Amino acid sequence: MSVEAPVKRFTLKDYKSDLHNDWCPGCGDFGILTGIQLALQQMDLDPDKVAVFSGIGCSGKTPHYVKAYGFHTLHGRVLPTATGARLANSGVTVIALGGDGDGYGIGAGYFVNSGRRNVDMAYLVHNNSVYGLTKGQASPTLRKGKRTKSMPEEAIQDGINPIAMAVAAGYTFIARGYALEPKHLAGIIVKAIEHKGAALVDVLQTCPTYNDLYTKEWYDGADLPDKRSRLYKLDDTGYDGVVHDVTDEKEIVAKKAQAVVKSYEREPIPIGVYYQAELPTYEDMLRQRIPALDGKPLVDIDVFHRDVNALLEAMR
Amino acid sequence: MQKNRLSWMIGGPQGSGINASAEVFAKACSRAGLRVYANIEYHSNIMGKHSFYRVRVSDEDLRSYQEKIDILVALDLETLVGDADHRRWPTHYGHLHEIDRGGGVIYDSEIGFEPPADRSDIRFFPVPFIEVIRTALEEVGKGDQARRYEILKNTVALGATLALCEYPFDIVADVILSQFKGKRSEIGQLNVRAAKLAFDYVRDHFDCAAFPYRLQPNPERKPRILAKGYEIIALAKLRAGCAFQTYYPISPATDESVFLERHQREQSLLVVQCEDEISSINMAVGAAHMGVRSATATSGPGFALMVEGIGFAAMTEAPGPVITMYQRGGPSTGLPTRQEQGDLRFVLHPAQGDFPHVVIAPGDLRECYQDVFSAFNWAEQFQLPVIVLPDKKLAAIYTTIDRLELTYDKVERGKIFTGSEWTPYAAKGNDLVEQDGHLPGGKKPGEGVNEYLRYALSDDGVSPRSRPGTPGGRFWSTTDEHDPDGHITEGVEMRTAMMRKRMGKLDLISRTVPKDQQYELHGPADADLTVVAWGSTKGTILDAMLALAEDGKKVSFLQCRLMRPFPAEDVERILRSAKRLVLVEENYSGQLGAVIAEETGVRIEDRVLKYDGRPFSEDEIVAALRERFAGRPEPHTEAVMTHVR
Repeated sequence: MSVEAPVKRFTLKDYKSDLHNDWCPGCGDFGILTGIQLALQQMDLDPDKVAVFSGIGCSGKTPHYVKAYGFHTLHGRVLPTATGARLANSGVTVIALGGDGDGYGIGAGYFVNSGRRNVDMAYLVHNNSVYGLTKGQASPTLRKGKRTKSMPEEAIQDGINPIAMAVAAGYTFIARGYALEPKHLAGIIVKAIEHKGAALVDVLQTCPTYNDLYTKEWYDGADLPDKRSRLYKLDDTGYDGVVHDVTDEKEIVAKKAQAVVKSYEREPIPIGVYYQAELPTYEDMLRQRIPALDGKPLVDIDVFHRDVNALLEAMR
Repeated sequence: MQKNRLSWMIGGPQGSGINASAEVFAKACSRAGLRVYANIEYHSNIMGKHSFYRVRVSDEDLRSYQEKIDILVALDLETLVGDADHRRWPTHYGHLHEIDRGGGVIYDSEIGFEPPADRSDIRFFPVPFIEVIRTALEEVGKGDQARRYEILKNTVALGATLALCEYPFDIVADVILSQFKGKRSEIGQLNVRAAKLAFDYVRDHFDCAAFPYRLQPNPERKPRILAKGYEIIALAKLRAGCAFQTYYPISPATDESVFLERHQREQSLLVVQCEDEISSINMAVGAAHMGVRSATATSGPGFALMVEGIGFAAMTEAPGPVITMYQRGGPSTGLPTRQEQGDLRFVLHPAQGDFPHVVIAPGDLRECYQDVFSAFNWAEQFQLPVIVLPDKKLAAIYTTIDRLELTYDKVERGKIFTGSEWTPYAAKGNDLVEQDGHLPGGKKPGEGVNEYLRYALSDDGVSPRSRPGTPGGRFWSTTDEHDPDGHITEGVEMRTAMMRKRMGKLDLISRTVPKDQQYELHGPADADLTVVAWGSTKGTILDAMLALAEDGKKVSFLQCRLMRPFPAEDVERILRSAKRLVLVEENYSGQLGAVIAEETGVRIEDRVLKYDGRPFSEDEIVAALRERFAGRPEPHTEAVMTHVR
């Protein structure tokens, strides 16, 4: 940490839209929104050069509350939409976000394929184990046998492990944050945005209206005899998820395995960066394939005066 | 003697190289100034099933195929006699019966074919394909490897054909060599040699002079290109400035994307192969919002997955994408490699709610170019998705086009916010509110405030778009109903205003798109019969009209092209003034007929429909029209099936 912080061009207020917020009081989304705004402010990103994309659901409304370019897209399709945007204009910082149903259920195919594609983009998943906007049905992260107060019966499908899935899919940055610790979350979001490649941040989030299992009190461990938090920070344990030599296949596999093992730890749940490897991104590969993309976003390349004479000649 | 008018067909198992043979032949004719119309029929299979490629050659422009074949080249027995001997439900009966009187069959003498007694009206030319290949290989010291080079059979077939028509061999040799460059030039030489040996064999063993078909270069050579529909569409995308193409592999749309992918390096075009069509369409929408011209290509089953993305693009007024939707036989997986015009009504109503989009169905390769080029302009001018609706036939036909026809070239990017054109006060929605006599919450946004609103309520429904990254051009966008800011609203005034804004664009499009790109009435004004059709049947109908004109029959043809917004008034006027109407479509239900009935109230009862997965031949249209002049006068629905026996 440098002692003299550089002068920032933007304040937190510059990332806040003046739209009235209609989330439930106490919603974990507020913490995630703050985490995003804090991260943008820490990075001093120009709001005109940031685009936030979301899926559908309560979390889908997040871009409306951020003063930046905002795209509230379709249920489950935020990743392809944001990918298209990112590839079209690499001059804009693209952040994608959505709920756990959005990302791990209806959008599961895109969650997997975005990992293997490794486009340079951060993806935040609001993980509260319920579908809030449709009044509390089980989401793909709710474990078998669990039943929130909004559910008529307990879940008989098991929950997925998003961290382990992200490892298998090929995400090159995998982290978990907690919505009610926005400063810690902001630190993770900054790292995710700065990371070159596909970055997943799974954010554990409370839903005070429908999820009475995983509440603030539960995360705080208020019910435990020693009142010990059910979360702990990986940074505090000396855990190192970063691959230091990306040419060393063994180190990559070892770090992936370590992240997967960590991801099965329950009570307490680790938060922080599980895994990170700076591997060539999709954009790096494209720059090799399309020389014009080197140093220039696609949108700035003049493609309106293409010479197709050679193609026509070949058709003679 | 029939000179420079030839219908040639090569048939064989999928994977035997008939494409190479037919396309080299077509190219050799085109380069010599002849007109070519070639079409392929193949199974959804990689290797083994029967496929055939038909090449029709003439001095005159050709726009369709005819059923009769003058020369058939058979690489296997099935090409001649069909598959009834080994299939419980035969798929075809071979092509022997399609050969015209006086025509001929070139076949591999190894396939065990005995010329039938009842076809003494045609000539048979057995050629020892493997022997010819062995001789060619012996010359390069590989005489023992003939079975490994069976693929050369298609070249042997070509050489034999040329001898029979007495066509100059050098032209073909040049074409072959031009396809095998660099490291592969040795293989090119081998191919030329095999073709030449076959050429010599046929010339030495048969009386070619007595064979009544001749092909000679046309002395008035014009600079033409020989192309397939998907290539022309890809060219249009390149010329129109498309920067971003997504796709998921699907017949018969994949060829276009692979063609673009092959040229992405030098053309600076980003082609992304996606995990499915939902990803394809949404990536393309995301890219369009960022300001690049984006596109995707698919077929019916893929489009079925894309539909929510069409609504997304229309609702958020994305300036694109352009979707080339190649129809194939449906429903469901249907007939993956066969022809049908079965998706018109589907693409007209692809997703929930009322939203604007453009659908245009080109009728030939020239129109494919023009419509795809225009599509990119319209996507940006009107900020909506544009669907161009070709089909398997247009994708795959290989035909000569005048080079000069590819000059349509004007780029229109529509209204763009560049950083200082603030939204006028009226466009913020207040004049609507004031008309209704009240203001929301008694508030009135101050005049003179510098503000850009992405979804400002402009008169024509189009508000300037801002390219993300533009200072001051920040906006929000949502698939929910929204206000001029792009924030969610469920208010009744704003909902009504936004519906009118979006849907109003359809009127603007009707006024903007040139009439001759919306529809065209071909043929005499005083026609006794008017054919109503759309898409790739155009060329077949035009060719049939020529045949009917020779009979002294006056036939006109209303070609519908812009399907949404539909030119209802003009079409209705033409239909109501026609003496007799016949609907011609390649689908079961007469989908254009249904659209016309819905848009104009005119029901066309006389219908010629084909839904066997094959395009109409010229003969079928001619027969159907002649019947209307000579036979049954009352309107009826006629189901045409390809002649198979």
